[in-house]
Amino acid sequence: MSVAIEADDVGFAFGANPVLEGVTMRVERGEFAALVGPNGSGKSTLLRVLLGLLAPQRGRVQLLGEDPRTMRARWRIGYVPQRLQLPPDLPATVEEVVRAGRLARRGWWRRPSAADHDAVDHALEAVALTEHRRRRMRELSGGQQQRVLIAKALVGDPAVMLLDEPIAGVDAESQELFRTSLVHLVEHDAVTVLLVSHELGAVADALDRVIVLKRRVVFDGPPAELTARGVSLGVHADDLPLWLEGLG
Amino acid sequence: MPWPFEREFMQIALVAGLVVGACAPLIGTFLVQKRMSLMGDGIGHLAFAGVSIGLVTDVWPIWSALAVAVAGAVAIELLRSHGTTSGDLALALAFYGGIALAVVVMSRADAGGATVLPYLFGSLLTVTWSEVVVVVVLGAVIVTTILVTGRALFAIVLDEESARVAGLPVDALNTVLAALTAVTIVAAMRIVGVLLVAALMVVPVATSRLFARSFSATLLGAVAAAVVSVVAGLAAARVWELRPGGAIVLTAIVAFALTALAAGVARRSRAGAVLPG
Repeated sequence: MSVAIEADDVGFAFGANPVLEGVTMRVERGEFAALVGPNGSGKSTLLRVLLGLLAPQRGRVQLLGEDPRTMRARWRIGYVPQRLQLPPDLPATVEEVVRAGRLARRGWWRRPSAADHDAVDHALEAVALTEHRRRRMRELSGGQQQRVLIAKALVGDPAVMLLDEPIAGVDAESQELFRTSLVHLVEHDAVTVLLVSHELGAVADALDRVIVLKRRVVFDGPPAELTARGVSLGVHADDLPLWLEGLG
Repeated sequence: MPWPFEREFMQIALVAGLVVGACAPLIGTFLVQKRMSLMGDGIGHLAFAGVSIGLVTDVWPIWSALAVAVAGAVAIELLRSHGTTSGDLALALAFYGGIALAVVVMSRADAGGATVLPYLFGSLLTVTWSEVVVVVVLGAVIVTTILVTGRALFAIVLDEESARVAGLPVDALNTVLAALTAVTIVAAMRIVGVLLVAALMVVPVATSRLFARSFSATLLGAVAAAVVSVVAGLAAARVWELRPGGAIVLTAIVAFALTALAAGVARRSRAGAVLPG
């Protein structure tokens, strides 16, 4: 198995405040991994470093064997931002939002081809939103909006997907649909998934690996190893967030 | 052409007005969604400084306005995206800097302030065919650029960070949008005036957002609202001998108010239809 996401001795500070200190982690291709940590643990900063939005001040990161800041085929990165980043009054349909995710794959200046339309259809089908394609984003529930963003990331046929707090504030039914979509991606499309969150909710039992961050990696292993320490990752348990807050 | 466009000066104004009506909302839809509705105003003030420079130096004011407005728009975008200056502060600098520069330059002009009035508020009688040709060429540049960059600009409006991750040239496209805003201001200033042209970028978009169900429908609806406002506003200006810029913008605002009223009535009737009993 080759490495899809790699951070090697990564350090980053905002001014005099260190946020990441010697972070080393690897996610293999085809793995479904979660990066968890309490508020202020540096997981959002690490995500931005992994995406190439911030340059590490020490160490190096690689996505699919390349430096993410100089990577040419950036359509191979699927990124699902926090839902709250979407403009709340956006006059856009589900289909328009998903179609925007295809730009990097075909070249942003080109007109969409038949293959692009097919990819949009497939992505909407994968997240069970085909019948909502002409609805406006603001008419959807939080969980549905989250799935639209997954479809937008998926439509470019990425090899690796990074998701930022995708289940925050999403109801249980949508979490289950969300879990199904991600498991389908990993098992059928061999996409590597790294989910960054402070809660794991419905996806906990589908994970191959959990990485716990508090400025540095304090745990990296299969979820079973974490539960063996008495930390429940279950859908309804809230002890993972409590455990995270007590770290360090 | 039928009344009130049977005279040549009205035909000139109509051609230029239709081009401006089609172009201003194309740019404005992206500006409004980026929370930069006042960008047109800030650049309008810079264009005014450019007009003043042209009048004093005997350069055709359209060229000097275009040069100053495009340079200022790019500077505003660079300050906003790379500097420590926030977007509204960068715009405030453009507002005050543009007006101050125009006042200082005009104080050196022999003809005083009267010559700038057609540029400030628009004028029907003084627009020439050669100016219309420039407006049409600038309009073609705007429409062509939006046809090529529009999808990427939408992706940026949607989520700038995701667009960067996807490798879109976000900074370059934001700069192109700023430059197009300046081009639109200059194309429209002889008809609507630099002080009011920004309204044509914003008010039709606000009208369209009341009923459009998609981003592309918002764009097309805004263009339709602006074109109707231009035609009706020019007709009103002819009939009642009004300044065309004010007449066009007031027509656009009336169209917004009527659409808002109709949208409110439609919303209430839909809500009433689903209430039991």
